[in-house]
Amino acid sequence: MNRTIARLTLRGLLSPRRLMLLALIPLVLLGVAVLLRLLVTDMPVDLGVGVVSSLAIGTMLPLVALICGTGAIATEIDDGAIVYLLAKPIPRATIVITKYVVAVGATILLAVIPTALASVILLGADAGLVAGYGVAALVGALAYCALFLLLGVVTKQAVVAGLLYVLLWESLIGGAVPGAQALSIQQWALSIGAKISGDGLLSAAVKMPVGAALLVAVAGFGLYFAINRLRSLTIAGDS
Amino acid sequence: MSESNFAGRGTGVIHDIGYRHYDGRRGGRPQIRRALYVQSLRGVFGLGRAARTKILPFTLASFMVLPAVILVAVQMVMGSTTPVLPFASYAIVVQAIPALFLAALAPQTVSRDLRFHTMPLYFSRPLTYKDYVAAKFAGMTSALFILFAVPIVVLYAGALLAKAPFLSNTGDFLMALVAAVFLSALLSVIGLLIASLTPRRGLGVAAIITLMAGSFTVVSAVQGITTGLDQQGVAAWAGLFSPMTLFAGAQDLLPGVRYEGVAEPSTAGQVVFAIVLLALIAGGYALLSLRYKKVSS
Repeated sequence: MNRTIARLTLRGLLSPRRLMLLALIPLVLLGVAVLLRLLVTDMPVDLGVGVVSSLAIGTMLPLVALICGTGAIATEIDDGAIVYLLAKPIPRATIVITKYVVAVGATILLAVIPTALASVILLGADAGLVAGYGVAALVGALAYCALFLLLGVVTKQAVVAGLLYVLLWESLIGGAVPGAQALSIQQWALSIGAKISGDGLLSAAVKMPVGAALLVAVAGFGLYFAINRLRSLTIAGDS
Repeated sequence: MSESNFAGRGTGVIHDIGYRHYDGRRGGRPQIRRALYVQSLRGVFGLGRAARTKILPFTLASFMVLPAVILVAVQMVMGSTTPVLPFASYAIVVQAIPALFLAALAPQTVSRDLRFHTMPLYFSRPLTYKDYVAAKFAGMTSALFILFAVPIVVLYAGALLAKAPFLSNTGDFLMALVAAVFLSALLSVIGLLIASLTPRRGLGVAAIITLMAGSFTVVSAVQGITTGLDQQGVAAWAGLFSPMTLFAGAQDLLPGVRYEGVAEPSTAGQVVFAIVLLALIAGGYALLSLRYKKVSS
């Protein structure tokens, strides 16, 4: 961790103007949750589970993690400012891990806490489910941020590549082909949530130990490769 | 160079150092506008640019056409004379792909000009900001229209090959193309407006897709739940809040077009949807013009 890098990254990621715009995403989710709560008397649990799973875990979490994960490093690589950072005698690992921590922190603020709040609003009575969703969002944020940080270091089209993964693979193909679900961060995160909630309402396509192992693997390999890639980064011209 | 340098006439000399002169006709504003339009349209598909910039648009375009080909094959195998999917519904069914296309490619049509400070170079020509906005908007709209039109043409060709009634299918086909023009204009104005606000391409991409995918997911969820609760009215009006469902409701006004969505507005509702759609296009275009009225380099 390096405090100066953390401060600069945080300022780039969550400047007051951007924070205001980014905050719209969780605010819309919470608005929908409150609206549903008011509209639906006697909320059935599976309805709440469906909304939190598809909107909070399925859409908001990956989108926010994508913005924060790539925003923490890809913007700097894009405009060339990263050379000033790389020219300092700071280990690459410190740079990557600092940016990762900041990205995860921003995702916790903008997606994990709102997910927990939304599940309190929609599923308040069931403490197990609320805890399950909160933990699923947290571990999901840890894995997504590592993956998107890696994408930001590897490719200029990091946001587009991340979107292809989230929208095409996890949502579209994962929604249609059950087999594809076994290979998605969303399901791995939900498997941990399902274990914690424990009452079978929250389900995932993979078993808990497998999901947890794969999450750790994605986060670990993502960071490792990002550090490695940053060692030999070339600042190419823009396309 | 200050104004006073031009005041004393006859002190400066322009040496003819032997470059070839241009004696041809000068096209002026219309030609520059047309050239910028063509360049924008080609640029979206990466034509005239590096090979790796072609990968993304053509991959997405083929994802867009692939389901149409499959649908045609299904229709052939079934031997059915009615299309599996109405032509006009196609764009809405595959909505994630045009959303990705817009998010990935609208920023690169405008952000690069802002980021590399090329705007002053454009405006050092007879071109005005209105021409620039018109050319960029027309370029992006045409690109999206091509994206929507090709699968519709494939579906139409498939319907004709399956010996479907020529007249009614041709009517539906033309209506679907008309609807595609409006959808292209709507998406293009949204994409360009957001993209023009930031010189950072990644940010533009994320902002556009968040708006498109986020609003669609939220609206679909709200529609699904309110329909389940038997509140069709709320479900139909919720459609106003995402570009794709807005378009789906508005295009039902066209003769013969009917999108079988979760909840579609009544005829009066469709008129409101259409007015909102047109107002969004016009208002977005006005805002885009306003944004380029003054461009700090």
